[in-house]
Amino acid sequence: MNKIWTIATKELRTFFDSLTAYILIVVFLGLSGFFTWLSGSDIFFIGQATLQPFFSVAYWTLFFFTPALTMRMIAEENKTGTIELLLTKSVSDWEVIVGKFIACLLLIIIALALTLPYYISIWSMGPVDHGAVWCGYLGLILMSMAFISIGLFASSISNNQIVAFLLALFIGVFFLIIFQVLAGDFTGIIGEIFDYLTINNHFESISRGVIDSRDIIYFLSISFLGLVLAETALSKRNIVD
Amino acid sequence: MNITVENLTKQYGSQKAIDSISFDVKPGEILGFLGPNGAGKTTTMKIITCFMAPSDGDVKVGEFSIHDNQEQIKKQIGYLPENNPLYYEMPVLEYLDFVAELQGVEKSKIKNRIVEMVHLTGLNEEKHKKIGELSKGYRQRVGLAQAMIHDPEVLILDEPTTGLDPNQIIEIRKLIRELGREKTVVLSTHILPEVEATCDRILIINKGKIVADGTPDTLRKQAQGEEILKVQIAEAQNRDELISSIQNLESVGMVDPVVDQAGSYIVQSKEGKSSRRPIFQLCVQKNWILTEMTPIETKLEDIFRDLTIE
Repeated sequence: MNKIWTIATKELRTFFDSLTAYILIVVFLGLSGFFTWLSGSDIFFIGQATLQPFFSVAYWTLFFFTPALTMRMIAEENKTGTIELLLTKSVSDWEVIVGKFIACLLLIIIALALTLPYYISIWSMGPVDHGAVWCGYLGLILMSMAFISIGLFASSISNNQIVAFLLALFIGVFFLIIFQVLAGDFTGIIGEIFDYLTINNHFESISRGVIDSRDIIYFLSISFLGLVLAETALSKRNIVD
Repeated sequence: MNITVENLTKQYGSQKAIDSISFDVKPGEILGFLGPNGAGKTTTMKIITCFMAPSDGDVKVGEFSIHDNQEQIKKQIGYLPENNPLYYEMPVLEYLDFVAELQGVEKSKIKNRIVEMVHLTGLNEEKHKKIGELSKGYRQRVGLAQAMIHDPEVLILDEPTTGLDPNQIIEIRKLIRELGREKTVVLSTHILPEVEATCDRILIINKGKIVADGTPDTLRKQAQGEEILKVQIAEAQNRDELISSIQNLESVGMVDPVVDQAGSYIVQSKEGKSSRRPIFQLCVQKNWILTEMTPIETKLEDIFRDLTIE
C-alpha cells in the first residue's frame, strides 16, 4: 500500500510539474463551464435548479480528458526505458498500475472538486436536490475510473502516446456509443448484453440519484478488468519480448 | 549474498540470446561481464534483476529464486540499466527520495542515505536541478546513486562508466572496488582496461555461451601457451651470428628481429620451456651486453579477440 502511494504521489507531482495538470484542468473547466452556463441548452434554458446539464457535459469532456491523462502513463515509460528502472525496484507490476490509476483518479477528483462552485451557485438560485448532485459526482467519478483503466491498458500496450490516446478513445467509443447502437439492432439476450454494456444507461440512473449496486458493479468491473489487462500487458515482457 | 545462475536460457523467437549459461558470484567478488555487442550480457542482467523471465533455467540470489521471490530479490539488488534511463522531469533529490521509498528504506534514514549518496557521487552542486538538465556524466552519477541508495547486497551495473570523464572513471572504479569488498558486484563493460582495473574475475560470453571464466591472470596464462620474450642486445657486431646462436639454443623455437628497433628481438620459446636462463648465459659467454629482457604478456584484448571472433 505504501508503495502504491509512493508511485501515486510521484505521478501526481509530475502532472503538476509538467503543467499537464493545469492545462487539462483549465480545458476541463472551460469546456464544461461554457456548455453548462453559456451555450444553448444550458442551466438557464432548463429553468430548474439542477446540475443535470453539467453532468451530461462532463460526461463527454471526461471522455476526452481521461485518455489525455493516461496516455503517457506507461507508454512513455516503455519508450524511454524507465519502465525497466521502475519494475526492477521492489514493487510489483500491480502496485505500479494501481499507483498510476490512483494518481489519475486524484487529478480528476481535483478537477471535479473545482466545479463545486457550480453547485453552490445553483444552490443559491433555488431548491437543489442535494442527493442527486452528489450522486451525479459519484457517477462521474465511477465513470472516470472506468475510462482511466481503459486508458492505462491502452497506454500499456504501446510505446507511443498518440497511439495510446487514440486507442483509449476507440475503446471508449464502444462503451459510449457503439454498444448502444448495437443494443438497438439486436433483440433478446444479445440486445440485453449490449444494453448492459452501454455506459450511458448506468451513468444516467446514477446521475438522476438512483444508486443501484448493479451500476456500481458495472463501473468497478470495467475498472478492474482494465487494470488486470494493463498488468498483463506489463508482465508480457516475461513471455514474448 | 551469492548469485547462482543455473542453465539460464533466453529465447527470442528462434534465436537464443543466451544459451544455457551457469556461473556463480560470491560476496566480495567483482565479476566483469565481457562480450561483443549482442552476446547476451544485458539479457542476463535483465533476468537477474527480474525484469525479464528466462525461457529456461533459474537464478538464485541468496536463497531466493527469481521464479518465486521477485520482491525480495529486487530489494537486495541495486541495478543500473543499460543506457541509464531516468525520469528527466524530476529533480535529482526528489528522484532519489522516490527510489529510496520504493526500495523500502526506512523513512527516518532516507534523508541520511540521500545526503550520503549525493556526497559519494559528487552530485552536490546539481542536486536541485531536474535530471533532464544534467550532462550525461552527471546523469550517470544519478544512475549510480539510485542503484546504491538502499545499500543493496548485490550490485548489477550495466556499463557503469560510460559517459564519465577520466577523473570520474577513476573515482567510480575506486568506489566499485570498495563496494566489492563486502558486496556482490556484477558489471558489464566492453572497456577492457576497466575489467583489469576493477574485476576479480572475468566472464567472457559470446553468442549466448560462456567462452572463458577466471581471473585476468589465469585467462592470460591459458591463452599464452609458449613464453615470448623481448630481448635487446646492445652493440652486437654480427646480427646473423647473433640470431643463429640464439636460434640454436635448445629451448628456443623462433627468433624474429624487431623491425624498427635495431638490436631487439622477439624470442618465442618451445612449448613448456623457458629461454631466459639460456639467453642470459649465452650473452655472458659471448660477452654481449644484454640491455633488456621482458616477457611479453598476452593482452586481454588478444584473449578477447581470440575467443569472440571466428
